Amino acid sequence: MRKKARDALPGSSWSPLELNPNLPPERADIVVVGGGVMGWSVAYWLKQKERIPGGLKVVVVEKDPMYSQASTVLSAGGIRQQFSLPENIHLSLASADFMRNINEHLDVLNEEPVDLQFNQSGYLFLASEKVAHIMEENYSTQRQAGAKVSLLSPAQLKDRFPWINTDDVALASYGLENEGWFDPWTLLNAFRRKAMSMGVIQCCGEVTGVSKLFRHLEYQPVECAIVVNAAGAFSGKVAGMLGIGSGPKDSLAGIALPVEPRKRFIYVVHCPDGPGLDTPFLIDYSGVYFRREGLGGNYIAGASPEEAEEPDVSNLEVDHQFFEEKIWPSMAHRVPAFEKLKVTSAWAGFYDYNTFDQNGIIGMHPLINNMYFATGFSGHGLQHSPAVGRAVAELILDGNFKTLDLSRLGFGRILAQEPMMERNIV
Amino acid sequence: MSAPLTFLQRYFRRSALLLVARRPWSSSSQSSLPPFHTRLLLYLTQRFYDVEMLLSWRSKLKRRGVQKKNAYYSYTERFYGSNLATAYFILNLKGGFRYAGQPDWFRADRKGRFSWDFMNHKDTPIEDVDMSYTVFNYTGLNNLEGQQSLRTLSLRGCPEVDDWFLARLHMFQDSLEELDISHCPRITTGGLAALRNLKGLKRLDMSSLPRISTPGLVIILLEEMLPQCKITATGYDHSLREEGGEEEQKNHLQGQR
Repeated sequence: MRKKARDALPGSSWSPLELNPNLPPERADIVVVGGGVMGWSVAYWLKQKERIPGGLKVVVVEKDPMYSQASTVLSAGGIRQQFSLPENIHLSLASADFMRNINEHLDVLNEEPVDLQFNQSGYLFLASEKVAHIMEENYSTQRQAGAKVSLLSPAQLKDRFPWINTDDVALASYGLENEGWFDPWTLLNAFRRKAMSMGVIQCCGEVTGVSKLFRHLEYQPVECAIVVNAAGAFSGKVAGMLGIGSGPKDSLAGIALPVEPRKRFIYVVHCPDGPGLDTPFLIDYSGVYFRREGLGGNYIAGASPEEAEEPDVSNLEVDHQFFEEKIWPSMAHRVPAFEKLKVTSAWAGFYDYNTFDQNGIIGMHPLINNMYFATGFSGHGLQHSPAVGRAVAELILDGNFKTLDLSRLGFGRILAQEPMMERNIV
Repeated sequence: MSAPLTFLQRYFRRSALLLVARRPWSSSSQSSLPPFHTRLLLYLTQRFYDVEMLLSWRSKLKRRGVQKKNAYYSYTERFYGSNLATAYFILNLKGGFRYAGQPDWFRADRKGRFSWDFMNHKDTPIEDVDMSYTVFNYTGLNNLEGQQSLRTLSLRGCPEVDDWFLARLHMFQDSLEELDISHCPRITTGGLAALRNLKGLKRLDMSSLPRISTPGLVIILLEEMLPQCKITATGYDHSLREEGGEEEQKNHLQGQR
């Protein structure tokens, strides 16, 4: 009775028709497909850069509100500047700057400040004799771009980290600053909290179709001006809905978005005698990596499989044989203390793998003039997300890149079939 | 006579609990209420946009003030050299320093006034720096970048020193011997891992860091990481606190009944 009286008052939200409150609005200016860290970063920066408060209506669509399969929360959470492409180095530096001042950017009044739990432990890349020259070239590129990296000889390496076996290591590259790992879920939630406080609308649903005409056949169509494809591992599917890739082979319409999901495993191991607080994010030249997790002797390890042995992507089941055959021997060879370890847990996640050249695709498609891509980062999307979000917002609102020039990472290189390979991929 | 009093006591305790439960001020203090003006401001912020705007402006201005204080003294460096620029910066922030080879310290007093005698030593590098309780932060390290013979750095109680600052201390990795980061409210374990680069560190003071949750373990790991360094870490409560928490809760419930 009291409830009926309250509903009858003018301030209540009662209406005689049964509306479903979870549906997205009927009109929006920009729809961001994908609610991972990339999508929310784009949404935040769009709202940050709008000149009229409340002038831009942004909707973020995420099909899985539990984030059970999202690559963001399943990632190892590392950030590094040790890339070979200057654009990637600049993206990482800008993102590290953002994370350092994260409370200046993402602070919401009267809420707790953001604590990313950033471990400033640096990345350590090991190179054998065959690839040492590549590492030296990369070092000079990184130094020129402003990354604080140092090269270590095997003797210096042994002196700094006595627990490493430096038998076949010719050169090591060690990050001194702005490198380490953090909690990706906190970053995602910080972006989401700030974006929603600025008025971004979140919608939980799956994009099942994109049509250019204003005739609606699906559940709740959203009329919008611009779509940002930040769907990560599933962006190929979203691009396919627009017909990208379904045309004659040699035409512009025939080139598909070369992003597909690839499954990667992460294993949590416990080793009581392992290296201590100074363990960096160590990446061996065989592709095996590990880092410290917490203070109790736990480590996170993983590796990228060979091209021919890519695991099946229909589910997120973990293959424990892969650890026993490929990862453990390399780990035990590199750090003798790891011969006695125990796998406590493991999970799998998708890379939004760019089959063309394993680097991100940022920009518009030449045929469709209102779809922007921010995908295909192949394992380093999380660490670039703040800077890429800003770049996409600049593209949409200002028309071209303002702070970082990422035009080389656009769709043009795919059309011209000129890959920009990254020589440091894990 | 005592029954209505105890009833009143229980009523106030319950309403105080409700107030605290509604706003999570900090995870540790559960029994102390924030002061009245803070609660009043929160109440007004949730009802008026103007108050919200004023408060957000206030925090932005405060942040901008800190950044301005830590800005790079390029003008001073161009005309007087990097040592004098560093000295001037430290004195402006109300810190203190000592030149290499000179016995006495140069400091600013509480009102920010200092003597200009430090200008006599134009080419002497700075050896000891004391920035306790100042607003020194990451950007301010730009001013200290050229000091290759910095031996002591004291950052006791600095509110703006955080993990990124500690990571940037790698620029003093050859010369720094003594570091004092006690009472800094923003340092966490991840930042202490960054101290691995300071190979020459002989004394480290990390007392009373409020954001370290397992101080005993962290001290042991740090001692392993920096074997030649002597670590001072007082002000931590190493006693087991698990049982105490449960007993307190039980007493509370009994008191309420």
